[in-house]
Amino acid sequence: MGTFVKFYIDGKECIARHGTQLVKAACENNIYIPTLCNYPGIPPKGACRICAVIVNDKAVTACTTKVSESIVVHNNTPELEKFRKSVVEMLLSEGNHFCPSCEKSGTCELQALAYRYRVTVSGFPYMFPFREIEAWHPKLMKDHNRCIQCKRCIRGIKNDQRKSIFAFGKRGTHVEINIDHDASEGISDELAQRSMDICPVGAILRKRKGFDVPIGRRKYDNKPIGSDL
Amino acid sequence: MGRKITIEPVTRVEGHGKVTIHLDDNGEVAQSRLHIVEFRGFERFVQGRPYWEVPVLVQRLCGICPVSHHIAAAKALDVVVGAGTGDGLTPVAEKMRRLMHYGQIFQSHTLHFFYLASPDLLFGYDAAPEKRNVINIAEANKELAVQAIMMRKYGQEVILATAGKKIHGTGAIPGGVNKNLSIHERDALLHGEPQLSADKMVELSQSALEFFKDYYKKNKSFIDNFSRFDSNYLSLVRKDGALDLYHGVLRAVNSEGKKILNDVDYQDYLEYIREDVRSWTYMKFPYLTHLGKDQGWYRVGPLARLNTADFIPTALAQKEFEEYKKNTFGSPNNMCMHTHWARLIETLHAAEMIRDLLNDSDLQKENLVTTGTRQGRGVGVIEAPRGTLFHEYEVNNDDQITKCNLIVSTTNNNEPMNRGVNHVAKAFMSGKKEITESMMNAVEVVIRAYDPCLSCATHAYGEMPLEISLYDSKENVIEQKRK
Repeated sequence: MGTFVKFYIDGKECIARHGTQLVKAACENNIYIPTLCNYPGIPPKGACRICAVIVNDKAVTACTTKVSESIVVHNNTPELEKFRKSVVEMLLSEGNHFCPSCEKSGTCELQALAYRYRVTVSGFPYMFPFREIEAWHPKLMKDHNRCIQCKRCIRGIKNDQRKSIFAFGKRGTHVEINIDHDASEGISDELAQRSMDICPVGAILRKRKGFDVPIGRRKYDNKPIGSDL
Repeated sequence: MGRKITIEPVTRVEGHGKVTIHLDDNGEVAQSRLHIVEFRGFERFVQGRPYWEVPVLVQRLCGICPVSHHIAAAKALDVVVGAGTGDGLTPVAEKMRRLMHYGQIFQSHTLHFFYLASPDLLFGYDAAPEKRNVINIAEANKELAVQAIMMRKYGQEVILATAGKKIHGTGAIPGGVNKNLSIHERDALLHGEPQLSADKMVELSQSALEFFKDYYKKNKSFIDNFSRFDSNYLSLVRKDGALDLYHGVLRAVNSEGKKILNDVDYQDYLEYIREDVRSWTYMKFPYLTHLGKDQGWYRVGPLARLNTADFIPTALAQKEFEEYKKNTFGSPNNMCMHTHWARLIETLHAAEMIRDLLNDSDLQKENLVTTGTRQGRGVGVIEAPRGTLFHEYEVNNDDQITKCNLIVSTTNNNEPMNRGVNHVAKAFMSGKKEITESMMNAVEVVIRAYDPCLSCATHAYGEMPLEISLYDSKENVIEQKRK
């Protein structure tokens, strides 16, 4: 158990155990720092950059930063909010995100952040990449159109032998996250559901089971992202 | 020298299209065509998508009747998931879908009659164009306008309670539904606000019928004779011959009432119906296979449904149906403008169905989904507000759509709409020295009677209006009007 330290976010005095992840420490002090690639219980990666904050005058990712005594954090500033909105816009432009027919609509973190930052249309040109759907697996479907390559699935979903059932494939701009044939063989329904749930967007779908949560009861229907600390 | 008239865009319809009318050297109408000029390609881009996504995806064909596409697709995919062909769902699932569908019928019919068609009836097709719109309806008859708004609102509220959203909800899923109706939702629809109760909607539907019948008494010749022509008629009917807008068997009758398609299973629709394509329009021309292209075309929608059905299974609508049938001595009604009458009888039927369903405790049950043995193909057919709607899907072993075929209500009415346009063009324009705005609107009036959704029919995207062009015999554009 670390000792408690005092630190500041946007001028507010906060308290957390020394070494706590900044995102988590902020949450414990009722302050929201947006995240996408971060997921409770799995090691942080700092991949998406949406949790960027200024700590002691230096830009860092809050998911990979630990709190220490007297650090001064800037979180809710116009510059950072503009930067975060740009990250959301870039992700929307880079893939094919058609919310109207996506079953993650209403529970999608990217969509929820787009609402938070009032993204009505991306400021970047849409790339409309041609991407396939990986549908061979009996329980899972991987829609590469929607994948934001946050790696939450690679880091967080392991089979009984502790091996990741998702893995990177291809290279460079063609890189994609695939379902591993061997590691994913015979996975349980529960693990398939966890795979879908850990994905912040609609890139991992559990087969033959969709739209079973009615509109009005989905995660962000009544509580916008960041309001449920 | 001959001339060609183009009416573009046609207004107060859902979709974008144009009408061309060719005049010969003597000024007589030689040929008239309704062109649908957009292409969207839903049948292609749905390929590869997971099947359970389809009911939510394809409803984006339309913002007026998305529920029809949503449910037709869900019915097709019921077959794919092994939940049977319309009668395998749990009671709560089937009744929730029916409630959603009758809510849709109610709001769509109301929208068409009051917002789109009534300006022609109240002010006349030859009234000034700036007068023929819903705003002037509101000024001329405030009570009628309020009635229209309340009826449409109620239908949308029914959809909201069953699908989660008033437009583009997610209520129907393959094999069932994703929610039941809570007691709170039921009570709000049954006897919520005074102007928004189920009984009030029945009352308002009766009032709308009285409004039309009063108009009919005063304008009998126009309503009886405007674009009147014989045709075949196709729709679903319940197995016992009752009007059923959600499920049944396919029945077609000819203009004399003889059955030419005798209550067949719609899973085999490809055996009975084919589609012809023509180079000048994106909308196809369906026909009954055994009668061929020339004799097999048919009408769908309210007029057709009241010609194919033997009776209506709700008391008040049945009474109106009997009066309506007396008008043609029990024979099929071939009078185009009587479609409005038939539509209002269906509106009353929908209101009664909604009221009866709301009183059914099955809607509060919890068993929402049925599954069975996976199939590779499914067909879903429903009676959408504008007529019979076909959805067919093939699904591979990886659960992806590999083929999709949609025959949309308005597509089924393509040939009759073209014939109606030709009929009216000949009656109003042949031999006339000047083509007036009211003549052009007469052409639109006949198209409007079918309540076409041109964006559905071509699965098209874009602005909605329609245009009319006038051509001479040398194919030169003489006159063109857009609205």
